[in-house]
Amino acid sequence: MFKIIRREEMAEGTVILNEIEAPLIAKKARPGQFVILKANETGERIPLTMAETDPEKGTITIIYMVVGKSTALFRDLKVDDGYQDVIGPLGKATHLEKVGKVICVGGGTGVAVLHPITRALKEIGNDVTCIIGARTKDLLILEEQMKAASNDLRICTDDGSYGHHGFVTQVMQEVLDQGGVKLVVAIGPVPMMKAVSNITKGYDVELQVSLNPIMIDGTGMCGGCRVTVGGKTKFACVDGPEFDGHKVNFDELMLRLGSYLDDEKESHDHYCRVRGE
Amino acid sequence: MAETAAKKAKKEKIPRQAMPEQEPKVRARNFEEVPTGQSAEAAMQEAARCLQCKKPACVAGCPVEINIPAFIQQVKDGDFTAAITTIWETNALPAVCGRVCPQELQCEGVCIVGKKGDPVAIGNLERFVADYERKHREAKPPEKSEPTGKKVAVVGSGPSGLTVAGDLVLKGHEVTIFEAFHKPGGVLVYGIPEFRLPKEIVFSEVAGLEKLGAKLECNAVVGRSVTIEELFEEGYDAVFIGVGAGLPRFLNVPGENLIGVFSANEYLTRSNLMKAYLFPEYDTPVIQGKNVVTLGAGNVAMDSARTALRLGADTSRIVYRRSRDEVPARGAEVHHAEEEGVDFHFLTAPTKFFGDEKGRITGMEGLKMELGEPDASGRRRPIPIEGSEFELECDLVIIAVGANANPLLTQSTEGLKLNKWGYIVADEATGKTSKKAVWAGGDIVTGSATVILAMGAGRDAANSIHDYLTWGW
Ligand SMILES: Cc1cc2nc3c(=O)[nH]c(=O)nc-3n(C[C@H](O)[C@H](O)[C@H](O)COP(=O)(O)OP(=O)(O)OC[C@H]3O[C@@H](n4cnc5c(N)ncnc54)[C@H](O)[C@@H]3O)c2cc1C
Ligand code: SF4
Ligand code: FES
Repeated sequence: MFKIIRREEMAEGTVILNEIEAPLIAKKARPGQFVILKANETGERIPLTMAETDPEKGTITIIYMVVGKSTALFRDLKVDDGYQDVIGPLGKATHLEKVGKVICVGGGTGVAVLHPITRALKEIGNDVTCIIGARTKDLLILEEQMKAASNDLRICTDDGSYGHHGFVTQVMQEVLDQGGVKLVVAIGPVPMMKAVSNITKGYDVELQVSLNPIMIDGTGMCGGCRVTVGGKTKFACVDGPEFDGHKVNFDELMLRLGSYLDDEKESHDHYCRVRGE
Repeated sequence: MAETAAKKAKKEKIPRQAMPEQEPKVRARNFEEVPTGQSAEAAMQEAARCLQCKKPACVAGCPVEINIPAFIQQVKDGDFTAAITTIWETNALPAVCGRVCPQELQCEGVCIVGKKGDPVAIGNLERFVADYERKHREAKPPEKSEPTGKKVAVVGSGPSGLTVAGDLVLKGHEVTIFEAFHKPGGVLVYGIPEFRLPKEIVFSEVAGLEKLGAKLECNAVVGRSVTIEELFEEGYDAVFIGVGAGLPRFLNVPGENLIGVFSANEYLTRSNLMKAYLFPEYDTPVIQGKNVVTLGAGNVAMDSARTALRLGADTSRIVYRRSRDEVPARGAEVHHAEEEGVDFHFLTAPTKFFGDEKGRITGMEGLKMELGEPDASGRRRPIPIEGSEFELECDLVIIAVGANANPLLTQSTEGLKLNKWGYIVADEATGKTSKKAVWAGGDIVTGSATVILAMGAGRDAANSIHDYLTWGW
């Protein structure tokens, strides 16, 4: 069992943080890599990119949004409970390089994944502007941490309750227009990454995105995680999860992520019935 | 002389004892094992059909050379415990092999009785003996040697890895198995369905290994969680790599990434390992097609097409680009699939898949083929017939056209020689690789093959590893 030693709720309880004892994974993991978690015997294998690792303490931290049956099951795990299985680190680590001016764009729980990457990019000497967004102020996560990890933090809310009133893409475009940006890293919901990609294509910048397709094994054995990048099929679990954001077929990814929407509802309803809700 | 002739005549009269099976209509809708097992009487009757050949062809036909006439004689005498002891000398997983070996190409294919009539049902007898022992636990487990203090890491818990672990633990070495999945067994657990090989059998074999002292580390993806180099640094003296083939082949035709197009690996893993057939009690779903097409005609394809029926398909079709004569699956699987209502379309190949606005598959286009000259594999090459395009409606497609070598481990290990397809180059007799103290065997060396060949490779490697640990490289 992989024990949970810290648990926090964020964004009005819709987002959960778990710090988990996993010394071997913590020792090996690098920014951008993910783990696969399975709560119990009957559980699903769920991939989540690590938000934090502490090799000394032997822990990894994951931050996830409660969206369906499996994450609802995760939510019910308390401190001292644990995950039956945690597998990793999986996937390729982020390619980190000093390029100069960088923009990191994050939305939703993508901000959690973006955090260690932002910090690492800054640590090796990049000038990092970070733009994070949420629907409304109370759903924003990791503001303090992102502030510390970047040179300049911009915040956006769709409803204007905090920071810039509008989308991250608008602020990103302003920063791009100031010139000099070499690299954009965007991690968040697929529509956000697609919108970012549509804008950055018009500039002379590279775009790095982190994809989160449905996975089973995470070792290249099933092909369930396949995504189309530059017209070629790639397995996100071994070839990614990070790809050139100007080449990813986001529409296909979005459709494939919806493969089991009906089943997820059935599974969730079943879970609620079992719990007597 | 006259007496032996009379004896022979009598023997020939005993017909091959049929294996009782669930009715095709019933079993096509459940996941319980298809053959239900024989009675002791039937097994003894069957054993009486063996001629006890002086030069038994069956033994030579068995990749691990089980002493077949000896164990059959013991079955005939009703001494099932002696029979299992005989089998264990060369085969640690008889309950598995009795069920999944291609006997018609091996022992039974060359059985002398089979020259005129049906061969002795060696596979069924092996299964009977193993099941009897699992139920009664009467045989003495093999003796374990004194501890040697040597440590061996086995990567992968498929049949090759389990064999290596079993052999070396008995020889007194400390063995740890590293398995990427959360459950051990390899293809036996994630690939081959419950209705053909109940998982309880595999887990009971693994539990036996653990009882002997082998350690099992699941969730350990070697190459990511830990590298081979690090295993040596941690004090392992030798490493065996038995990671299987494990990279699904796709067809590279348009529409292959539509929802509802699966690799057989994904489809079967969802259903078997993750138990999607018990959804929603188990959380992992799988798409339940009404009109299912499986591409390919090996064991993997049969398993997929039959699983689809059990998950509620109205039609389950096998589409294969060669003819019936080239079908690589076990005879019994093809026969079972046909009985259950799987439709076979030979000499047809897919050219594209169509979908709807939600990205879900709605059909495929195929071409008719004819057979041309033999290709590298010695089989006649299928050639498309121009203008023979046709369409097939379907809402689930399973691609079961083979596997390639998964590069995850091999690319993270320096000094490991690979062939041009990415499989590990290993000495045929010993399993030694180009890297010191590293052995390999099973599908990662041969490409997709069989359980028994993987076990045979494991046995050879175990012997070689033992020699190394005793005498040096
Ligand atoms: C659906 C299906 C049906 C089949 N039916 C038959 C049949 O009827 N008869 C027959 O004889 N053969 C059959 N086969 C073939 C047979 O199962 C294989 O040839 C055999 O299992 C190969 O054994 P192996 O030990 O090489 O590897 P596998 O059984 O493939 O096991 C390899 C194991 O290694 C693990 N692994 C992979 N990478 C790593 C890593 N980096 N770190 C740690 N662990 C790792 C995998 O998770 C897996 O558990 C079938 C195969 C399939 C897929
Ligand atoms: S070849 Fe057939 S008849 Fe001869 S010993 Fe083997 S099983 Fe018996
Ligand atoms: S998750 Fe199975 S291949 Fe990527």
